[in-house]
Amino acid sequence: MDYATSFYFTATEIGLSLCGLALLLVAGWQGNKSARMVTIISVAALFGAAIFSIGLFDRATGEVAGRAFGDLYRADAFGSFAKVLIYVAAAAVLIVTPRFFERIDAYRAEYPVLMLFNAVGMGMMVSATDLMTLYIGLEMSSLSSYVLASFLRNDERSSEAGLKYFVLGALASGIILYGVSLVYGFTGSTNYAGIRAAFEASFSTGALFGVVFVLAGLAFKISAVPFHMWTPDVYEGAPTPVTAFFASAPKVAAMGMLLRMAMDPFGGEADAWRQIVIFAALASIVVGALGAIGQQNLKRLLAYSSINNVGFIMIGLAAATPGGVAGALTYLAIYVAMTIGSFTALLMLRAPDGTNLETFADISGLSTKRPALAWSLLALMFSLAGIPPLFGFWGKFVVFQAAVQADLVALAAIGIAASVIGAFYYLKFIKVMFFDEPTREVEATSPVSHWVVLGICVAIMSPLGYLLTVPLGEWTAQAAASFVAAM
Amino acid sequence: MIGIEHYIVVSAILFVLGVLGIFLNRKNIIVILMAIELILLSVNLQLVAFSAFLGDLVGQVFAMFVLTVAAGEAAVGLAILVIYFRGRGTIAVDDVDRLKG
Repeated sequence: MDYATSFYFTATEIGLSLCGLALLLVAGWQGNKSARMVTIISVAALFGAAIFSIGLFDRATGEVAGRAFGDLYRADAFGSFAKVLIYVAAAAVLIVTPRFFERIDAYRAEYPVLMLFNAVGMGMMVSATDLMTLYIGLEMSSLSSYVLASFLRNDERSSEAGLKYFVLGALASGIILYGVSLVYGFTGSTNYAGIRAAFEASFSTGALFGVVFVLAGLAFKISAVPFHMWTPDVYEGAPTPVTAFFASAPKVAAMGMLLRMAMDPFGGEADAWRQIVIFAALASIVVGALGAIGQQNLKRLLAYSSINNVGFIMIGLAAATPGGVAGALTYLAIYVAMTIGSFTALLMLRAPDGTNLETFADISGLSTKRPALAWSLLALMFSLAGIPPLFGFWGKFVVFQAAVQADLVALAAIGIAASVIGAFYYLKFIKVMFFDEPTREVEATSPVSHWVVLGICVAIMSPLGYLLTVPLGEWTAQAAASFVAAM
Repeated sequence: MIGIEHYIVVSAILFVLGVLGIFLNRKNIIVILMAIELILLSVNLQLVAFSAFLGDLVGQVFAMFVLTVAAGEAAVGLAILVIYFRGRGTIAVDDVDRLKG
């Protein structure tokens, strides 16, 4: 194992860290007048890292399997796929962010730097093949997320969101860590391959406890029921661009980490954790759908919608087959585009005096004033509900297909039935936007950058998105195959 | 003779105390930060005990990482607490209710 190979496989993390450190110096020296430049460089760095990850996609299979630093870290097709999603999502969020804060003169150069460090942590989470790397990546991402949530220092709701996120996030990290220490103690290894080998030799009760603790902590991070309580509060209180970020990139990272853990070290004990995953998946779908019904605040509603979507992704995990992993990854890719699109649309809703419009009352009669925005929001909501001509349906289709192929017919049937409940609150959008009388003044124009991001997301969600099904299927199948190769 | 079981029991007790400290505490948020530290320390104790028991150094290296991260976590947590206090003038747990839920 030479260092050149290790550095090559970890180049995105090293590059983004160095870039983040350099930009931190620039931010410290130049102050807030450099904020725009730092943002542009950060977006460029994230896109560069995404392109580099695409390049690693094919290179890192086979015998080498992208192992770096004595198998602490693995750059395989799965990691590359997740990292491309993470970096692109983070870059998209950074593009739509500055306008939101500049209105209230609160944009600071630290923001893009925190996003870069967060992206480094998330990249480590999906590529870690050792519990130590996993923990460091997780904390790196979490610590910068806490700061981002409370970024509007003078806003009480933002600092309260940061505080709640911090307490519950730290508790989740503690639970994961306790599970990790048990797994280490009962297997004698922190390496995924070592853990898998030890589990195959004997699977003791202590190790089972460790696995359950780790899965419970990870459920916290992906906001799966019954560990979802923090999500609506944090999503409502955090500044809208930060919420857009929380709902997209960290979800991919935490889900990727969960998929890798469940399939690689715990893969031999699928029967031990499948019941937990099935329960969490169904509970998330039902609680997400029911909880969203009464909400008036759109950010809270999208929080419940993300809980609901996490449930569908976990159905793919419950299948515990390569097909299930591929389905979950497909769903994640579609989910990220839908989420970023919905939050961008939300960012574009502003009153002429600059206040944010974020409740149902604010968007009533939107179709008469901003028809293009209303139709885009409608398409995204229908896609989130999984109504067939839109691309969101494809994500649900592939996870249910994987569940049926893994003989989990009952799970698929209940999941499909529960997704009908979800359609109810998305329909409310039509009523409010198209049939209610307008009450609030809405700003007539939006920045071009917002339109570009929204346009791309809506184009992917439109039936045009089905052109992506074949390449998406191939990429996710290859990504899922990297676990089989690792075994 | 003190064996590995005793260490596991002690760290399990510390862990449970930490979790209860977060959920049962109705006084102030500093206590929650202390409870989080208690959870991390229980994990550290367990890692070091397992490390000695298995004769494997990895657990002790892991404990070092956990200590470092715990320091960072405490710094971020206290910083968020300070800006929260500036805005609200209180750190009582029951007052954290601007966001319903």
